[in-house]
Amino acid sequence: MSSLLDAFRLTALPEHAEAFRAEVKHFLAAHLPRVSADVRARSWTGFDAAFSRELARRGWVGLTLPQAYGGAGLDAFSRFVLVEELLSAGAPVAAHWIADRQSGPLILKFGSDAQKDFYLPRICAGQAFFCIGMSEPNSGSDLASVRSRATRCEGGWRLSGRKIWTTNAHHADYMIALVRTSGAPEDRQSGLSQFIIDLKQPGISIRPIVDLAGDAHFSEVAFDDVLLGEDALVGEEGSGWKQVNAELAFERSGPERFYSSVVLLDLWADTLRRNGASAAETALLGSFITQLTSLRNLSLALTALLAKGESPVVEAALVKDIGTEFEQAIPAAIAASISADPDAPVDEELYRTVAYLNQVAPTFSLRGGTREILRGMIARGLGLR
Amino acid sequence: MFTEAIEKILTDLCTPAQVRAVENGDCASALWRELEDGGFLELLTPEVADGAGLSLAAVFPIFLAFGRHALPLPVAQSIAARALMRDCPHAPPTGMLSLAGTAYREADGRLCAPRMAYGALADFALVNLGGELLLLDCSQAQRVRSGVHGSQCATLYWPQDAEGISLGSNGSEVRLFSAAIHAAAIAGAMEKALDMTLEYCNDRVQFGKAIGKFQAVQHQLSVMAEQVAASRIAAELAFASNATVPDALATAIAKARTSMAVPQVTATAHALFGAIGVTEELDLQLFTRRLQEWRVSEGSETHWNGLVGQALLAQPQVGASEFVRNVIPSQPA
Ligand SMILES: Cc1cc2nc3c(=O)[nH]c(=O)nc-3n(C[C@H](O)[C@H](O)[C@H](O)COP(=O)(O)OP(=O)(O)OC[C@H]3O[C@@H](n4cnc5c(N)ncnc54)[C@H](O)[C@@H]3O)c2cc1C
Repeated sequence: MSSLLDAFRLTALPEHAEAFRAEVKHFLAAHLPRVSADVRARSWTGFDAAFSRELARRGWVGLTLPQAYGGAGLDAFSRFVLVEELLSAGAPVAAHWIADRQSGPLILKFGSDAQKDFYLPRICAGQAFFCIGMSEPNSGSDLASVRSRATRCEGGWRLSGRKIWTTNAHHADYMIALVRTSGAPEDRQSGLSQFIIDLKQPGISIRPIVDLAGDAHFSEVAFDDVLLGEDALVGEEGSGWKQVNAELAFERSGPERFYSSVVLLDLWADTLRRNGASAAETALLGSFITQLTSLRNLSLALTALLAKGESPVVEAALVKDIGTEFEQAIPAAIAASISADPDAPVDEELYRTVAYLNQVAPTFSLRGGTREILRGMIARGLGLR
Repeated sequence: MFTEAIEKILTDLCTPAQVRAVENGDCASALWRELEDGGFLELLTPEVADGAGLSLAAVFPIFLAFGRHALPLPVAQSIAARALMRDCPHAPPTGMLSLAGTAYREADGRLCAPRMAYGALADFALVNLGGELLLLDCSQAQRVRSGVHGSQCATLYWPQDAEGISLGSNGSEVRLFSAAIHAAAIAGAMEKALDMTLEYCNDRVQFGKAIGKFQAVQHQLSVMAEQVAASRIAAELAFASNATVPDALATAIAKARTSMAVPQVTATAHALFGAIGVTEELDLQLFTRRLQEWRVSEGSETHWNGLVGQALLAQPQVGASEFVRNVIPSQPA
């Protein structure tokens, strides 16, 4: 049996994580902004700094970071529960999302003591929002070809180049960027390094990009000879590629890879409860639940590996690919179902939510690595490359 | 320990040649005897009744292996029958026992079990007759093969006066257990089909390289692997409860999810094998024919997804996330 699939064994959430769920539900009952479903459907692209700070007050930003830094010191299972509850409620989590999922753990793992002492408490307090600067105008899937370059200078580095599609760059305090520090684009993975960049310093211009749904959640960021101190380099010079890849299992295996349409799913189920459901609608709804159950168990199996300190990168690619296909299928199928009869009334909120998700659904399988790239990784894991 | 022992028996005796022989009328007596004499039919029988007293979770890998070897005998069904007959004064009869999740009386009073799995060779049947659990002797029945090539399904008709032995009112558990067994068998057979396809794509050369080096082929295999992983973990869920019989909702999800994957998995395997894949000679067909049959046996994904949908709609205020989390109320840690 191909060993890639051996990771996927049914795993139960430990009791402490389930117990934590009650606290999260309690919090959401009091603090979830009362907005309509099409707004809640923005979930992890919905930006609300005040909401993120409320979470931070409970230690739930930087949940897995050590308590010494203001984190909650909880494990990957607890984070799974928190994320699951936030996403299924449609909570606006974008402000702290990147810092909590990626930047905090990255700084903890590769940062200097001074960097940890500076950034981690701010992340946990909801005072430092982060963005990830990887993609560039000419480097998308082929990330190793990035051209932004930092060159050594007296007292630090000088950075020039451009990043694009940077989620929340226009709201964020810091970017962790992957840039070239030696060699040329032809040198590929070697010669890349990661920097923490304070986005308020001179030489940086940030231009939000409006998407097809009218939202501006990502930006283009230009660096024009920006001066970075010695302490901006995170981890080792030249190890950027390795460091970026270390977080991929966290980035791709979580519930955010199959819950993006869950607000719609719940809204539609409510509508069916109210108006009655045909056999076909009931079976379609059931098929979503069936798939969701299986996906959640795949994701939980990887959470158990993450909790043990393993890094199941290829397995995570598998979960993300099948998970995003599922979250894309939901609005497509519900649109067909609610408009099957042109004479039947359609609930306006439901209509807007379906329409919004169908507009943005293509992004589900672009952000965090495209379908084709993930399938290539899985194929390698299957021994084909 | 049981899993390894059974795996060895299957490897030695449940060869592709043996599977073909059974499809052509052989009764695989050596293979059956080995499993029966080894006490492997009593895996779910409590220890106080001289069984192995295994949990459902512990038999799951065994049922998976049955699918992986295209086991042409109702062994999983015979094991399950002993669990279903747990409270009966009657000892399970010796011989091959299969399960019929559906049965009804014809207008003329005959009792019909349509397209029963392994109906072509079962000695006895545990039948769900509108909720009543009946044990029937298949030698008294007229067997009508489905006419599908190689299928071991048969519709059984018992005469009006064949009452069978009424064992209780847990007849609906027959369909549940049978569906759960099918889910495990599908997952196992898919694992085998994936392995065979991967191996073939690494070996078969066209345009000067292994076809597995072509990106279009790689991506199809990646998707196939995703479907296999999703199916297997769904099937496992049906066997995750501590009860004697698979949980109703978990089984519905297991049978639905595995059945949903069948068209894509079988289509991909055959597409990548090319013409040789559809030949009698190649073993792939032993698995893909079964996958097609098992998908519809005891109800396709449409039936089981319908039940899952009904279960969700019956719970006001419950969201999808909460619902899926509580499919098995207390999963073993
Ligand atoms: C909503 C959203 C948020 C994002 N947020 C961020 C962020 O915060 N930070 C960041 O750095 N980036 C971000 N991105 C960018 C994202 O990572 C890229 O879109 C992604 O990596 C693909 O790059 P690209 O868009 O340039 O497409 P390209 O790489 O140009 O790909 C175009 C098409 O070609 C295919 N393709 C490319 N190479 C191959 C190959 N070898 N084989 C087969 N097919 C191939 C791709 O799969 C795709 O279908 C975000 C994107 C979106 C949509």
